[in-house]
This record gives sequence, C-alpha cells and structure tokens, in this order.
Amino acid sequence: MRGWIPVFRRELAGYFVTPVAYVFIIIFLVLAGVFTWDRGQGGFFVHNQADLRAFFGFLPWLYLFLIPAISMRLWAEERKSGTIELLLTLPISQGGAVLGKYLAAWAFAGVALLLTFPIWITVNYLGDPDNGAILTGYLGAMLMAGGFLALGSLLSSMTKSQVIAFIITVVVCYAFLLAGFSPIIEFFRGWAPAVIVDAVASFSFLTRFESLSKGVIDLRDLIFFASLIAVCLVGTSAVLEAKKAE
Amino acid sequence: MAEHLIELHQLSKRFGPVNGGILAVDKVSFSVAPGEVLGFLGPNGAGKSTTMKMITGFLTPTAGTATVAGYNVATHPIAAKEQIGYLPEGAPGYPDMTAYAFLDFCAQTRGLKGAAKKAAIDRAVARTNLEGVLRQSIETLSKGFKRRVGLAQAILHEPRVLILDEPTDGLDPNQKHEVRNLIREMARAEGDKGKAIVLSTHILEEVEAVCTRAIIIAGGKVVADSTPRDLMKRHPSGRLEDVFRDLTARKPRVSSKKEEAAV
Repeated sequence: MRGWIPVFRRELAGYFVTPVAYVFIIIFLVLAGVFTWDRGQGGFFVHNQADLRAFFGFLPWLYLFLIPAISMRLWAEERKSGTIELLLTLPISQGGAVLGKYLAAWAFAGVALLLTFPIWITVNYLGDPDNGAILTGYLGAMLMAGGFLALGSLLSSMTKSQVIAFIITVVVCYAFLLAGFSPIIEFFRGWAPAVIVDAVASFSFLTRFESLSKGVIDLRDLIFFASLIAVCLVGTSAVLEAKKAE
Repeated sequence: MAEHLIELHQLSKRFGPVNGGILAVDKVSFSVAPGEVLGFLGPNGAGKSTTMKMITGFLTPTAGTATVAGYNVATHPIAAKEQIGYLPEGAPGYPDMTAYAFLDFCAQTRGLKGAAKKAAIDRAVARTNLEGVLRQSIETLSKGFKRRVGLAQAILHEPRVLILDEPTDGLDPNQKHEVRNLIREMARAEGDKGKAIVLSTHILEEVEAVCTRAIIIAGGKVVADSTPRDLMKRHPSGRLEDVFRDLTARKPRVSSKKEEAAV
C-alpha cells in the first residue's frame, strides 16, 4: 500500500481546487434538505416525529445518482489523459494508488455527509430524538457511500469514458440497492434455487442500511460492506493492470 | 564503464492473446552505462514507447528482463522506480493542479519531506526555468512549459536513470535547444554520479546533437546499435536520415497491424 498518503492528499485537494466539490456539496445539501423537509409522503412533517427517518429514507436515492458522479472520474480520467502512466511509474505501489484515490473519494463523500449536521441540530431542537440511532444511521450512510464508491472505482477502471462509467455505475448501484426487493427477487425466484435467491437478497444495500438507520449494528452488515469494498478495490487493481496496454 | 545502469535482456512484449496478437517488442537486449545518452530511434509503432514503458515498470514484459541500477523491474518495481526519472510521451500532468502542487506531489511520492523536498523542487525548477509559472494550473500552460514541468518532475529526485519519451516533440526551435542543453548538462555530471539517459525521438539531428549512442529499432527488433557518427558512415550520403530509411523501410510496419487489433 506504499504511497497511498500522497495520492490521498492530492486527490482530496483536487476536489476542492475545481468547482466539482462545491457544486456537488451544494446540490447534495439542497436536495437532502428539500427531501427531508418535504411536506409530501415520507417527509419529516408527515410522520411528525423528531428523528431523521425522512432524511435517511431519501439518502440512498440521492446517493444513487450523486456517488457515481464522484466515482466516475477516479480512473477513467487518469486513463483518458495518460496521467496513469505517470502515476504508476512513481515509486508507489499500484495498490497504494487505488487505495489512496478511493479513500479520498470516500473522505469527500464524508465531508458532504457531515455538512448535513444542521438537519440533526434542527431535529434535536424540535424534540428529543434517539441520537444513538442517528449515529448508526450516519455510519450506515458512510458504509453505503463506501460500497457505491468501491463499485464505482471498479467500473471507472474499465473505461476511458466518464459518461459510460457514470451510467453503468448508476445501474449497478441500483441493482445492489434493490437486490432484496421484489422486482429483482422475483426475477431470480422463477428459475434459481433458493440459495441463490437468498444470496442475491443478501446483497441489498437498502436492507442493511435500513437496519443501521434504525440503530441496529449487525456485525454481518459491517463485514458485508468491508468485504465488498475490498473485493472491488482488488478488482480495480487487476483491471488497471490488464488494461494498461490500451 | 563499471556497472550498467540499464540492462535489457531478451525483452519482449506481446499485446493480445498468447498465440497471436502483436509482438510489439521482440527480444530486445542492450545496456546503458553511466554518462551515456542513448537515442532511441525508429518509425512509429516500432516499439520504442513500449520498450520504455517496460523499463519504467508501467508495462510488464511478456518475456525477458529489464534491470535498472541492479534492480529487476518486474520483481523489485519500487526500488527500480526510485532510480528512474520518466517523462512519458506528451508529458501528461494533472490539468487542475498548479505546477508547484504537481511537483510537490511527485516529491512526496518519492519520500521527500520538509526542507529536502523544498530544496529538490527549487533545484528542479531552476534547471527547467519554471519560476514564472509555478502558481499557474497545468492546463493553462503552453506546450513548452508543460514539457518542462514534466522534465522537472523527472529530475526532481536526481535519478540515475532518465527515460524521456519524445522530450522535444511539439516544441519550438528555442525550446528544443533548451531541452537539449538540459539533457547534455545532466549527462555530463561527472564521476559515478553520471546518469544513463535514454531518449526517443523522430528528429535525427537531435541524435547527432545530444546522443553518444543511437539504437534504431524496427518491427520490435534492434536493427542498429552504434555511435551516431559510425551510423552515418553506413550510407554513402553520410546522412543519418538515409541510414534510418535504409534500415527501417524494409521492415514490416507494426503500427497498422496494431491499430487493427486495437479496434
């Protein structure tokens, strides 16, 4: 993993020298606010309780489109502009480069998430929420972002086009998000054995995130996200190696 | 000529499937000693860049070995990369970064810190005359300055081995002259601190101007390895251009096949 720290620093700083970071953060916060305080179905004022259920309810859908926008450039841009040749001939390991870039993207998503704290303050001002559950909800949100970003890193390494990386990542993330829900389960139930159906269902980000946002920390959820991230990053490195010649 | 800084032994690279594909580099062997400036010549698609990418550890050879300052690039990539300064073709840089931030990043990856890092950056900047543009982002720089940023990055850590892929391509005559002076200057550093420099180029006069030795590669194979002066004697006209055409025109061009396979 040698060299991940300079790569991490460069990448993270890179978000903030361009308008990308500011556009992303502003859009993210505005949409999070709009959805949370929306007066319609699922909004905060409808179920009339001092908690972050409304916020955490919409967050996965927000992430579905915004996280791929962060991850799409991770490797597609390096490969397109040729900087990958420079990066991977510096005395750092390829694993260090993959990890450094990934962690920077994750840290950036974390900064955006932290900036939703006014919603948390508001809820505490209005009532007496279960702050433990809110904390695990934020943990779940970070894990979900980490999972999406890892998938995005892998898909970004496969193409030189950021647009393709974005679209494919949205589709794959959507499949992972809803893996436990009826359209996808029904699709498998028709022909696959029960073991497969259960395995597919267990990949659902949404089920795991929902239990975390209700305050339940299950070790299996943590292991699921950690291993998904590890597999995707090892995969990223393998794809980069295979595609260097292009 | 004590030790060789670069040693290639039967280095080969095949793109595509094992029984087929394109053999871009075919059993290339040569060594470069400290103080040598090796001009690497050949038509487009001859395998120059591929060979350089294998020396710098970007591409993994299909067969054979590349050794840099005693380190096998395949088995000790990081130790080998520490000894190398590399200017990839087109001098890629991160467009949003300032020239200074970019050099600072490269210095950090090379383990330089604090005062040593600052001294290294200052030295590289002074040698490449970058003082005026350090606060500019790389995308706003002219081609010549971009190239110089790439060169500064390559010499930052005073590497013993410099690999320069078309260092003067696209520069105006003044800039070419400056880069050539810089290369000559770096090669002349005396004693065991001398560098081994490999540069690829299409400009034959450049070989005469800066190189102590020239290798011509065609179809992935070395077809000539000599001093520029001796090479010129191989053609009655005494011009390197004619020698180059004689040696490379007969060989099948690899480039067109390679492009077909890439589609």
